[in-house]
Amino acid sequence: MSEHIVPVRVYITIFLVLLVGTALTVAAAFIDFRLPYINTVVALTIATIKATFVVLYFMHVRYSSRLIWVIMAAALFWMAILFAFTFSDYLTRDWISIQR
Amino acid sequence: MSSHAATEDIHGHRALQHHFENMEQQREAGTLGMWIFLVTEIMFFGGMFLAYALYRTLYPAAFASASNHLDITLGAVNTGVLILSSFTMALAVYFTQIGNRRPQVICLLLTLVLGLTFLGIKAVEYHDKYEDRLIPGNLIPGHSFDPVIQKEGEPVDHHKLHLLPGATKEKVELFYWIYFAMTGMHALHMIIGAGLLTFLLIFSLKGRFDPEYHSPVEVIGLYWHFVDIVWIFLFPLLYLLGRHYH
Repeated sequence: MSEHIVPVRVYITIFLVLLVGTALTVAAAFIDFRLPYINTVVALTIATIKATFVVLYFMHVRYSSRLIWVIMAAALFWMAILFAFTFSDYLTRDWISIQR
Repeated sequence: MSSHAATEDIHGHRALQHHFENMEQQREAGTLGMWIFLVTEIMFFGGMFLAYALYRTLYPAAFASASNHLDITLGAVNTGVLILSSFTMALAVYFTQIGNRRPQVICLLLTLVLGLTFLGIKAVEYHDKYEDRLIPGNLIPGHSFDPVIQKEGEPVDHHKLHLLPGATKEKVELFYWIYFAMTGMHALHMIIGAGLLTFLLIFSLKGRFDPEYHSPVEVIGLYWHFVDIVWIFLFPLLYLLGRHYH
């Protein structure tokens, strides 16, 4: 399997997408969506899309071997465990009342 | 070109290490190693992102108040600078892959300059926080955390801390511990990255890299993009979280 060379116009497109994403995230931050967490969800969605573009194209993962995909997936899976288990503790502490 | 490449296939490239079959295997092993290192980096930053998420959930008002004190313009400009540096880094890898040395050197130099620009702007921001006495704890002896609180009805002063209802000074200090830990660690990664780029630049000027051998450019590029991704998340989480309360 030989190396895949990504054409320059792909890099330029991704660069422009990232700049637009940054502008969008700043603009969206000043909008009051009048619902809790919506601002955070919007900000994190844009950031995740930007990060995905960087990983797939700037870091060539789209053209990389399955092994690299497995390594990426493992990292994200372990991050999910870290967050899920910690928050399942902290966010459920007042579900039952215990005398402290 | 093709006859040259054929000669190298027989005798091996000058950069080929004896424990690898060929250049392709060597390059893939290097890339794989870098990715595994980046996984440990994801875990490392993940711990700090977890601390941030947890305390923000517990003290939303204080986190929004503290975040609103950060300079959104400098933060946004720095995001642009870093994205541009990632772009020039990607181009540096591209020009190395096709064996065009002059633009390769220029792109590496641009990446380095943009990285240093980011650090310079970050230094200006840190100094602003120092002036407003927002460095947490006693990190700087004799200059402890002691911001002036904006009172109701007073004219708006951007050097004073405006507390939203429910926010306390103690919890704002907690935000600044996390802010300096995360941006500080990110800045340290940028400094290391600038060092690595300097090394790349010197070897690039010496003509060490070619289409057959360019693993150093590629793996340091991966590292640089990773540091960019960390900032892509840090910017909205630290600078933008409380803006809609105005």
